Amino acid sequence: MAKAATKPVAKSAAQPAKIPSEDLIRHYRDMLLIRRFEEKAGQLYGMGLIGGFCHLYIGQEAVVVGMQAAAEEGDTVITSYRDHGHMLACGMDPKGVMAELTGRAGGYSKGKGGSMHMFSAEKKFYGGHGIVGAQVPLGTGLGFAHKYKKDGKVAMVYLGDGAVNQGQVYEAFNMAALWKLPVVYVIENNKYAMGTSVQRSAAGTKLCDRGLAYGIPGEQVDGMDVAAVRAAAAKALGRARDGEGPTILEMMTYRYRGHSMSDPAKYRTKEEVAKMRQEHDPIDRLRERLLAEKHIDENGLKNMDREVKDLISQATEFAQASPEPDPAELYTDVLIDLETVRA
Amino acid sequence: MSTQVLMPALSPTMTEGKLSKWLKAKGDAVKAGDILAEIETDKATMEVEAVDEGVLEQILVPEGTENVAVNTPIAVLRGEDEAEGAAPAPATAPKPAVKAEAPKAEAPKAEAKAPAPAKPAAVPQAAEPEYSGPTATQTVREALRDAMAEEMRRDDKVFLMGEEVAEYQGAYKVSQGLLEEFGPTRVIDTPITEHGFAGLGVGAAFSGLKPIVEFMTFNFSMQAIDQIVNSAAKTNYMSGGQMGSPIVFRGPNGAASRVAAQHSQCYASWYAHIPGLKVVAPWSAADAKGLLKSAIRDPNPVIFLENEMLYGQSFEVPQDKDWIVPIGKAKVVRPGNQVTITAFSRMVGVALEAAELLAKEGIDAEVIDLRTIRPLDTATIVASVKKTNRLVSVEEGWPFAGIGSEMAAVMMEQAFDYLDAPVARVAGVDVPMPYAANLEKLALPQAAQIAEAAKQVCYR
Repeated sequence: MAKAATKPVAKSAAQPAKIPSEDLIRHYRDMLLIRRFEEKAGQLYGMGLIGGFCHLYIGQEAVVVGMQAAAEEGDTVITSYRDHGHMLACGMDPKGVMAELTGRAGGYSKGKGGSMHMFSAEKKFYGGHGIVGAQVPLGTGLGFAHKYKKDGKVAMVYLGDGAVNQGQVYEAFNMAALWKLPVVYVIENNKYAMGTSVQRSAAGTKLCDRGLAYGIPGEQVDGMDVAAVRAAAAKALGRARDGEGPTILEMMTYRYRGHSMSDPAKYRTKEEVAKMRQEHDPIDRLRERLLAEKHIDENGLKNMDREVKDLISQATEFAQASPEPDPAELYTDVLIDLETVRA
Repeated sequence: MSTQVLMPALSPTMTEGKLSKWLKAKGDAVKAGDILAEIETDKATMEVEAVDEGVLEQILVPEGTENVAVNTPIAVLRGEDEAEGAAPAPATAPKPAVKAEAPKAEAPKAEAKAPAPAKPAAVPQAAEPEYSGPTATQTVREALRDAMAEEMRRDDKVFLMGEEVAEYQGAYKVSQGLLEEFGPTRVIDTPITEHGFAGLGVGAAFSGLKPIVEFMTFNFSMQAIDQIVNSAAKTNYMSGGQMGSPIVFRGPNGAASRVAAQHSQCYASWYAHIPGLKVVAPWSAADAKGLLKSAIRDPNPVIFLENEMLYGQSFEVPQDKDWIVPIGKAKVVRPGNQVTITAFSRMVGVALEAAELLAKEGIDAEVIDLRTIRPLDTATIVASVKKTNRLVSVEEGWPFAGIGSEMAAVMMEQAFDYLDAPVARVAGVDVPMPYAANLEKLALPQAAQIAEAAKQVCYR
């Protein structure tokens, strides 16, 4: 997906920047693509075409779309295993992502990584990591590399409300603040770490304050509102680019589906989920705004629905038609051959 | 076009479930994401969401039906652009298609029938070049420092980070002078935060830098082992070859002196277990320098095991900055005909002492310095055993699942017909390292023990 054409100007959250019409429309389309992709992934999982763990991003789309809206070409992204939305938002091809989910040769990792472990060096997406919290030091290392290379880029490091209780997160916060690394930590607070609510796992539930001891400023953001996310992202990315170091953005969001596909979701009520969907859905909210402010009409939205649906159909077909990896692939990519590197 | 809604599987093990409730009725308009029905398994109640838009034209399985098999059509959804009453499109054969491809149930059988893919032959290792240039007498400590300095001059992507590596000049003075030459952006003091800085180093390596991460001792690498194993070693594989980690983790390994259990253990076997890592453990200063240079240039993560007791020992070291020692090559450090003794790191010196003891008793031992633990240079070991027909493996680490165990397995697989005696293992005693001087000595392999083991395999 395209990134913001110009460097966004930092604005306070209270007074959101005026977002151009074409940007709003693009954000809607990007969120819709993620939603439809994830619904299809859920369906393919139900059909047995996707195996193992599969963590869907439905409900949280505004977070990654809003962050990418404020990012520049060359900024890097890393996240945990709920990663399909991040990959699509980084511009990775839905075909390659879906084919990785089905474990096929056409997948981004040739079928060897699966849902939780996908990467694109070209699109600056550094995974897709399966160990809760491990991506935080890794992403801080991406920020370290930006500073070392003096390339003016920023690392966006996503973590969940569960990961904030991992010790290595604070080791990373300390170094990022100490060395003023260009990093934005994006806590996607969807209220539940698997089945344990933030209230039951965190002493001190305002997660954006977790960096205060290191002097890292934090902000709570309405993660169900793409415009609010974009405004907060622009400010935090600007700080990092100006050499002022890391920021923590706590995105207040919600996942409609279970933690993974096999989650019966007994830890929350159906009414709670339904209320979030009805009153806070990021896609419905933006749709209403687009129509109310006449950025687009119903017909335009319908065409966009069709375009997205076609993309998902193509991805689904590709993901089923692509062959399983050649058995010889079992042994490749364990080590990089020194001779290959020299050549 | 009409589409069939299929009974979904909600976990990899689910085969059937109860359709407990329909939340939409025939004729209802349905949007993607709407909840259509509830299904129950023995474990949970779950919701079935619509993936497509349309009108619910037919309910094929009434609510309350038990034991509905996964992938059974449960309803028909008519597309929005289609006239009412149009014949439902024939199922786009999802069921047979799924069956044919179902990876879970059928994969094991298919695998059992399919011929096992050929494991690629071991890559022949580059021959070690003969060196005839100038040498100087240096300690292992100086050789390691020179290796880092030469590689940092050669490639500005190489940097050193760790606890006390910069201003303190290294806890064991290995990085002496590097801060002065390369400055604080390339020689970086970290907080005491192994898990964090190991992960940070791997992330920097993903984006093309070449970090040297020093652990003050490898004992502290256990704090960081998740990042070493799960992030550094596996990412190239998990990314289909897109994202390697050209990183060196180095520092003293094994027993030092009187520092007891938590500061005295050998990690060779731990890290050698992991595909995606290379593990190097040199003895001499020349090999320390040549192998560290190779490790820094290597595109893969390398575990570089040093030894505090060797830091002050002196050896002749080549002084050509382009001279390196290839990873994956063992070295015969004492030729002999009657018994082969393999060792690595500090134990090479102890094995050479044992060989002297054996010589006095008329036994001619060949001593091999493994130098690299993974990939293991089995060719050199097998060639030696074909000559001597006997092998004694020496290591400081514990015996269980140790390097000696691997050595015994390799001999069974590759030199069984040449063995005149079972492989003997001399290893650290299978206890945490004690503090008391006498107990500590008893816990580590001694030359006399190695000589005794060699005599046993020679039936003397």
